[in-house]
Amino acid sequence: MKILEIDAKTILSKHSLAIPQGTVVTSPMEAFNAADSLSRPVVLKVQIPSSGRMKAGGVKFAQTPDEAKNEAAVLLQTTINNYSANNILLEEKLSVNSEIFLGITYDADSRTGVILGSVSGGIDVEKSDKIARAIFSPQLPPPDYIGRQIAIELGYESKDLLNLSRIITALVTCFIQSDALLLEVNPLILTSDHEWVIADVHMELDDDALFRQKELLKHVPYSNDLVLQTSDFEQLAKEIDSSDHRGVAGRLVAFDGNLGMLMGGGGASMTIFDAVLNAGLNPANYCEIGGNPSVKKVKELTKLILQQPSVDKLAVIMNVVSNTRTDLVARGVIKGIVELGLIPKDVISVFRIPGSWEKEGYDILDHYKVSYFGRETSIDEAVDSIKCRF
Amino acid sequence: MPILADSNSRIIVQGITGREASVFTKESIQYGAQIVAGVTPGKGGQTIHNVQVFDTVQAAKQSHNADATVIAVPAPFVRDAALEALAAEIKLLVIVTERIPRRDVVTIIENATQLDARVIGPNTLGVISPNRTRIGMCGGNAKDVRRAYMQGPVGIMSRSGGMMTEIANQLTQSGIGQSTCVSIGGDPIVGSTFLDLLPLYEKDQETKALVLFCEPGGTMEERLSEYLNANSCRLPIVAFIAGRFADRMQGIRFGHAGAIVERGRGSPSDKARLLRNSGVYVAEKLSDIPQLVKENT
Repeated sequence: MKILEIDAKTILSKHSLAIPQGTVVTSPMEAFNAADSLSRPVVLKVQIPSSGRMKAGGVKFAQTPDEAKNEAAVLLQTTINNYSANNILLEEKLSVNSEIFLGITYDADSRTGVILGSVSGGIDVEKSDKIARAIFSPQLPPPDYIGRQIAIELGYESKDLLNLSRIITALVTCFIQSDALLLEVNPLILTSDHEWVIADVHMELDDDALFRQKELLKHVPYSNDLVLQTSDFEQLAKEIDSSDHRGVAGRLVAFDGNLGMLMGGGGASMTIFDAVLNAGLNPANYCEIGGNPSVKKVKELTKLILQQPSVDKLAVIMNVVSNTRTDLVARGVIKGIVELGLIPKDVISVFRIPGSWEKEGYDILDHYKVSYFGRETSIDEAVDSIKCRF
Repeated sequence: MPILADSNSRIIVQGITGREASVFTKESIQYGAQIVAGVTPGKGGQTIHNVQVFDTVQAAKQSHNADATVIAVPAPFVRDAALEALAAEIKLLVIVTERIPRRDVVTIIENATQLDARVIGPNTLGVISPNRTRIGMCGGNAKDVRRAYMQGPVGIMSRSGGMMTEIANQLTQSGIGQSTCVSIGGDPIVGSTFLDLLPLYEKDQETKALVLFCEPGGTMEERLSEYLNANSCRLPIVAFIAGRFADRMQGIRFGHAGAIVERGRGSPSDKARLLRNSGVYVAEKLSDIPQLVKENT
């Protein structure tokens, strides 16, 4: 789950980390008033879940309340990476002594937490090759020396060093306690008063840990709204999936092709999708099923996919299944097609799900005169056979 | 003698009273696996498919001398179950549960490493040494397992459990059997990577070749390629990399930290290139795998 800057800052301030003074504004007039009450130069930042805001023109500076009003008016009309800016974070502009980048995440190589620091903060940090790096265990509490090690490598000394190391410890603690997958402060600013302040932050929470982050989720209202803003098609697929706990059916992404796809999950869907593109076919969607979905789930998903205007045919392909039952998928697909008033043998361009309960599945397909492939036919051959169905 | 699991492996199932676990317990026993005990806290004293259920791993281990565990408890309880198994000195943990919080996964692996125990998974379908045993649920019921898997000289390591059975089935259809097949788990962080398991296969006289199923993301393939560039390996390796379309379509943009951690690695085409450069036979199509294995062993 992506956490917007404004919400991430709320979380960080609960960990006693310093953030700039500021507020969320939703109109030019609010921007004027907010800048007026801060009575100093300000920065206005659109709150969208997309990185590269600065380069895309989503960040503006203003010297006066009038300028803030005008910039807010511009930002509220701006669309960046398909996100419109409804909320703007207006903050005091910090006086910068120096700025750094700090990133905290998990590293698949070392299989630990990892802290990355760089003195070239800002938007080009990925190109920097002077990266300070330290690993940590997510089993609480993080020792302070890790922060000191990073601060020293970044070239800070005396009081700046000690303050920075405390901030690193606090960030790691926040990362662990929030079940974050990514906590990135870019930049972390050392002000001319030698205070470390978090100017911008990217935070991503572990969806698989949200069940134990209920308290935190109460404090991220803007990010919660974001979760609701998925496209209708994807939203409907989610609803089908959550209607029944049996199996996974509905991780769905739409394209504009004519071939609807129901595929085995994970590695299978990637393999099948590659084969479909290599065969020059035009998929209408990416959709994974697995974990033995119920007939109802498969039926609803089949209908959803076939109701896309561009879709003519449906391809149903999985790896040799051991948990998902061939017969239940076959029944669900056929029911969905029949309920739409269509003829299964015309709509199904290929059916290839060998494995558990295959005999029962094949009996259903035979009954509707739908041809199918068994385990002796590879996924590639099954996909290639679709070409002659168009 | 296969790796990780053979017919002598004495297996417990944590979460044995769960719907899925009770099914794969029955199927594993039918396949010939020695499932000697189950653990579900609060349900000690029951039996499931003639397997005794205990409240603790310690008790199950003491009564039945178990050496491996399949952890199939719900995601919020996996950390606890794994730490309990490690405390009871179980040395092989196969974690089939998916969607476990990343923090818990890292915690489990850290503790396992300290105790010199091996973790397979999470989000794995398990380990199978055809004809000998299965630890987990790969391949489904005993009849289906026997159709897809057969004993022979090829080891499989797969980032996808479902595709492991698909590949085994392909090999079996071509008359090529398997030594040990490991579904290493579909998560970004897993207890045992390709590189972690390679030395075991190298030592295993039964294994004559390896097949890998790779996916985009992470650095497991890159690490393997670095190792192969620097070390000799007696086994010919055939790899298939799924998700090549990720290179053509706009991928998910990770944060700066993700990009720095992986330093531009992780794309399927890079993985293919690097593996090929280090002597791995990269299959362009999944169905090329059996032929590549035949040609190179």
